[in-house]
Amino acid sequence: MAKLQKREVSPLSSTTDTPTETPRDDVRDPEIARVCAALGSAVVDSLVKPNDDMWIRVTADAWRSTGDTLKSLGYTYFGFISAIDWLPSPYGRGEDDPTAPPVERSSVIKQGYAGGDTRFQVIARLVQPFTTLGINIKVDVDDSLMAIDSWSQVFAGANWHERETHEMFGISFNGHPDLRNMYLPKDFEGYPLRKDFPLLARMVKPWPGIVDVEPLPGDDSEEEGDAS
Amino acid sequence: MSLLGDRQQLAYIAAQAADARVNVELETEGMTLNIGPQHPATHGTLRIIARLDGEQVLWADPSCGYMHRGYEKLTEVRSYPQVTSLVNRIDWLGSFANEVPFILAAEKLMGVEAPSRAQHIRTILFELSRIANVTLFLGDLGVQLGAVTPVFFAFRDREYVLNLIEGATGGRFHPNFDRIGGLKDDLPAGFIDETRNVMKKLRGFCDQIEDLLFGNEIFQSRTRGIGVIPKDVALQYGMSGANLRASGVDWDLRRDQKLPLAYDKVDFKVITHPDGDSFARCWVRLQEVRESTRIVDQLLETIPTGPIMAKVPKIIKVPEGEAWVSTENPLGEMGYYVVSQGDMGPFRVKIRSASFNNISITPWLLKGVYVPDIITILASLYFILGDIDR
Repeated sequence: MAKLQKREVSPLSSTTDTPTETPRDDVRDPEIARVCAALGSAVVDSLVKPNDDMWIRVTADAWRSTGDTLKSLGYTYFGFISAIDWLPSPYGRGEDDPTAPPVERSSVIKQGYAGGDTRFQVIARLVQPFTTLGINIKVDVDDSLMAIDSWSQVFAGANWHERETHEMFGISFNGHPDLRNMYLPKDFEGYPLRKDFPLLARMVKPWPGIVDVEPLPGDDSEEEGDAS
Repeated sequence: MSLLGDRQQLAYIAAQAADARVNVELETEGMTLNIGPQHPATHGTLRIIARLDGEQVLWADPSCGYMHRGYEKLTEVRSYPQVTSLVNRIDWLGSFANEVPFILAAEKLMGVEAPSRAQHIRTILFELSRIANVTLFLGDLGVQLGAVTPVFFAFRDREYVLNLIEGATGGRFHPNFDRIGGLKDDLPAGFIDETRNVMKKLRGFCDQIEDLLFGNEIFQSRTRGIGVIPKDVALQYGMSGANLRASGVDWDLRRDQKLPLAYDKVDFKVITHPDGDSFARCWVRLQEVRESTRIVDQLLETIPTGPIMAKVPKIIKVPEGEAWVSTENPLGEMGYYVVSQGDMGPFRVKIRSASFNNISITPWLLKGVYVPDIITILASLYFILGDIDR
């Protein structure tokens, strides 16, 4: 493994100034080029954060073959599969006063790294063993289909992760041998990790934090200090 | 969720019962054995439904969820500093180790790095959690295989380590001590000398366990060659930690990954074993406790002076971005995929816990083993329920 450079950060450097030249990564830049070349037209978008991590987004049709290709490229260690619901929660952080009129919240979807077009994205992580070179693979899940291909034939470990994703987000995996619920009872209604699923504990009793929290300081740097 | 109310589970069992008559010549009949959820071998409430043909397991199906607390959902309504108190309860035997990767992920997104003294103390506490965690495993291992003595030694010596953690953090089980940008407090007076003594005692404990348990003929015959996991299968299932290294994979995130922790300042061996059986997994863990005590000893010599907290704002807002950080926890690779949208709390946190992946191999691994070996295999895989269910 090539030696990674030590990241030079001063406290809060990322919020005060932006670097003038884009830093380069001698390991990940060629690596993502190799991955993109092997996957061809399946790759929609890719991103490298120097000395940090790699992201690619692939088309839903090529999801299964992406797993096969990456496995043959040396990404044989299975990290995880999960999903992200990009809809901003209509309940905020569950700190609303239930007696007050409902708060209007924006429902504009803000996508993350490597972009996206849909509300739900499935994300997986694979690692090249004996290095720490990992890659995060994202795929858009069509809202009307809510299904993508299963990786359980590619990586045996994907089986349980897909079961969990299925019950928590309602995304089904075509070709999965056994999509029974893992944690929830069979007759449970709703998908708990979706953003529009309310966290009932915060709904039935007002959050005590709303009464005794200090007002937020402004964004000026004078408010910085020890957080101990 | 009641046991019988789980109709889905029963339907699955009924479907699988069709394959009960496997041994056509002897015309043996299958039997379904329910292990748990309250079996002492399960460190919590893992339930395993096993279909038997005589003494052999046809298939086994672990049924999780008896301890699902929905931490991934709860993190979405907590602020970053509050999340550490939640993740403490994932692997409750090595709780400080759970906080570190989350804090490192948040620090990565903020572009903050803890001062070197804080990194150093973090690493010491991280290794102490590992020792506290794996010591219990070594004692419990004996109990599950019928040897009662080792567990008393384990609880006695684990207490010393818990006292150290309590002395430094104020909490025996749930320290909640790690902060974005550093640590809550500095080490108490006398911590260094006391830790040195305890590490000496722990090495004595390892010798004792090795004599009492690992040299025992019954122990060897019950663990050698039982539950063999080949290297490529282990990688496919995403196994990690000692379970992976016992299959001959020389991979340790402490050594192979560049993180702002003090592991690059110490000299330690990564223990591997080529066999991949239950004995190898237990043996690797025992040796790792020894290595951990050596890591702590070396770190105690070189604690740098300086502040324990970087300059961070009082109210923490993490800039937009996504970050993945994983560390080599007592149970294996534990990682957090944190998605931030510039708020006070995370937008989404995916908790990748080690036991979830480690235990997902059991349907494959338990196929064809004998009933007493189920317990050996589960014990040697070493999972903690909170780490499976989260």
